[in-house]
Amino acid sequence: MANIATREAYGAALAELGEKYQDVVVLDADLSKSTKTSEFKKKFPNRFFNIGISEQDLMGTAAGLATCGKIPFASTFAMFATGRAFEQIRNSIAYPNLNVKIAASHAGITLGEDGASHQAIEDIALMRAVPNMTIVNPADALSTKKAVEAAILHKGPMYIRLGRLGVPEVYKEDMDFRIGKGILLEEGKDVTIIACGFMVHIALEASSMLKEEGISAEVIDMHTIKPLDEEIIINSARKTHAVVTAEEHNIIGGLGGAVAEVLCENYPVPMVRVGIKDVFGQSGKPLELVELYGISAKDVAAAAKKAIAKK
Amino acid sequence: MDNKTLEQLKEKANIIRKDIINMLAEAKSGHPGGSLSAVEILTYLYFKEMNVDPTNPQWPDRDRFVLSKGHGAPVLYAVLAEKGYFSKEELMKLRKTGAMLQGHPDMKGTPGVEMSTGSLGQGLSASNGMALAGKLDNKNYRVYVLVGDGEMQEGQIWEAAMTAAHYKLDNLTAFVDNNGLQIDGTNEDVKNVEPIEDKWKAFGWHVITIDGHDFQQIENAVKEAKETKGKPTAIIAKTVKGKGVSFMENQVDWHGVAPNEEQKEKALKELEVRI
Repeated sequence: MANIATREAYGAALAELGEKYQDVVVLDADLSKSTKTSEFKKKFPNRFFNIGISEQDLMGTAAGLATCGKIPFASTFAMFATGRAFEQIRNSIAYPNLNVKIAASHAGITLGEDGASHQAIEDIALMRAVPNMTIVNPADALSTKKAVEAAILHKGPMYIRLGRLGVPEVYKEDMDFRIGKGILLEEGKDVTIIACGFMVHIALEASSMLKEEGISAEVIDMHTIKPLDEEIIINSARKTHAVVTAEEHNIIGGLGGAVAEVLCENYPVPMVRVGIKDVFGQSGKPLELVELYGISAKDVAAAAKKAIAKK
Repeated sequence: MDNKTLEQLKEKANIIRKDIINMLAEAKSGHPGGSLSAVEILTYLYFKEMNVDPTNPQWPDRDRFVLSKGHGAPVLYAVLAEKGYFSKEELMKLRKTGAMLQGHPDMKGTPGVEMSTGSLGQGLSASNGMALAGKLDNKNYRVYVLVGDGEMQEGQIWEAAMTAAHYKLDNLTAFVDNNGLQIDGTNEDVKNVEPIEDKWKAFGWHVITIDGHDFQQIENAVKEAKETKGKPTAIIAKTVKGKGVSFMENQVDWHGVAPNEEQKEKALKELEVRI
């Protein structure tokens, strides 16, 4: 099976679910071919609004549509959604708790060649700090489709983080996607690897590498970063006593920060965060950047060993 | 507009002005200047024009009003209370801890408030969304939005202006409260917003300029806006900041300062005589 990017799964899911959910409308800011909302546009042209290259207006228009009972999906790149339009998301969407889904693609360094100006590595941190916001970062095509339907059914603002790069399937059969419920992908006893989005399949790869060295890793897909599934984190930490987080995001303020907050307050164990180490990215082939910025499976496996050594 | 209607609207406007002065004096903070300049616009819309039901604020077919210049909250609150959305007692709790009436409009907490605003530049985009939803659902409701003249310095206003024209939102009417002043001085001194008419025209809007304190002119303009098809209408309302209170009129310092007890009494005395 060819790798599918979560943005592609998003566009396909919108186009498919648009029939069942007539209140869904989709807005884009001149990136519909990249965010794949163009798939929805093809099927439901009257429910698709291109707002042009104006992300602040994109968010505000979505907010207005939501006040009239529509379920707007507002899409652009993660950089422009959470960066350019941060305050519109904060004041026009989150503060009035409006039912807008901000589905942002091209998050993280695996955006690749376009470089640092387009590589959002701080979007999760920005969205986490906003009250009323739910944050979801699906790992593969199937979980993205499930996330889109969960977003439609969820009342309130949601940030859905999507990637440009094709990713292998994590879920081959049906899966139960519930907002706020992490998924235990592999059970282990020596270390827990908690990952989100693009890093979930990397975490599974790291787990295989560790297995060869006789280390048993527990792998959790933390597709919802807010509200965070504290129970699955604490339960796993009780079992393994060492935790690694893996995210395609700055190690400040993202999944690693969120998990650290839960562990510090509830069950402190040695912990290592894998992510972008508070630096900007650069142009390059996505997988070369993954190596260069230290978020490859090899890096996650090394972090796991480091966490275990700190026990 | 017949004389009786005109007198009734003037009477309402006078009540609204007194409520604004009283609530701001009680709150000891807030924005009198830009509230007083918009009294006739909101009074006309809520008491003559808009199809709304204060007993059913979420009625899907209602006309909508968005106060994009959210710091004008006192005039909106006074009008909503006078219209019966909530008790006038609430006005005296404005800006106090735990009160319903926040410093800037909060749609979740206040019946009749259609959009949470306060951070300038955002209300027109939301109004576009409401107008788009109306078109999509084949509803006949209209959307009104009040934009400040200083607020036109926000880039998002022009993003939204372009969107409204692109989608031919003829169910949307924007008023510009053109009182010429903003916090740091005149628009002209701070950052020139003129030529206002040309700007909206260039963005594809039908533009009408009126005296924003003249009910007949407001009515004529709204009628023209409703008859204008295929494009949104901007009504540039020439207004006086602080209108109705002599010592506040055209005074930049009365943008965001509440009257003290003595000033309140003086203002209320002036408002004994209808303007």
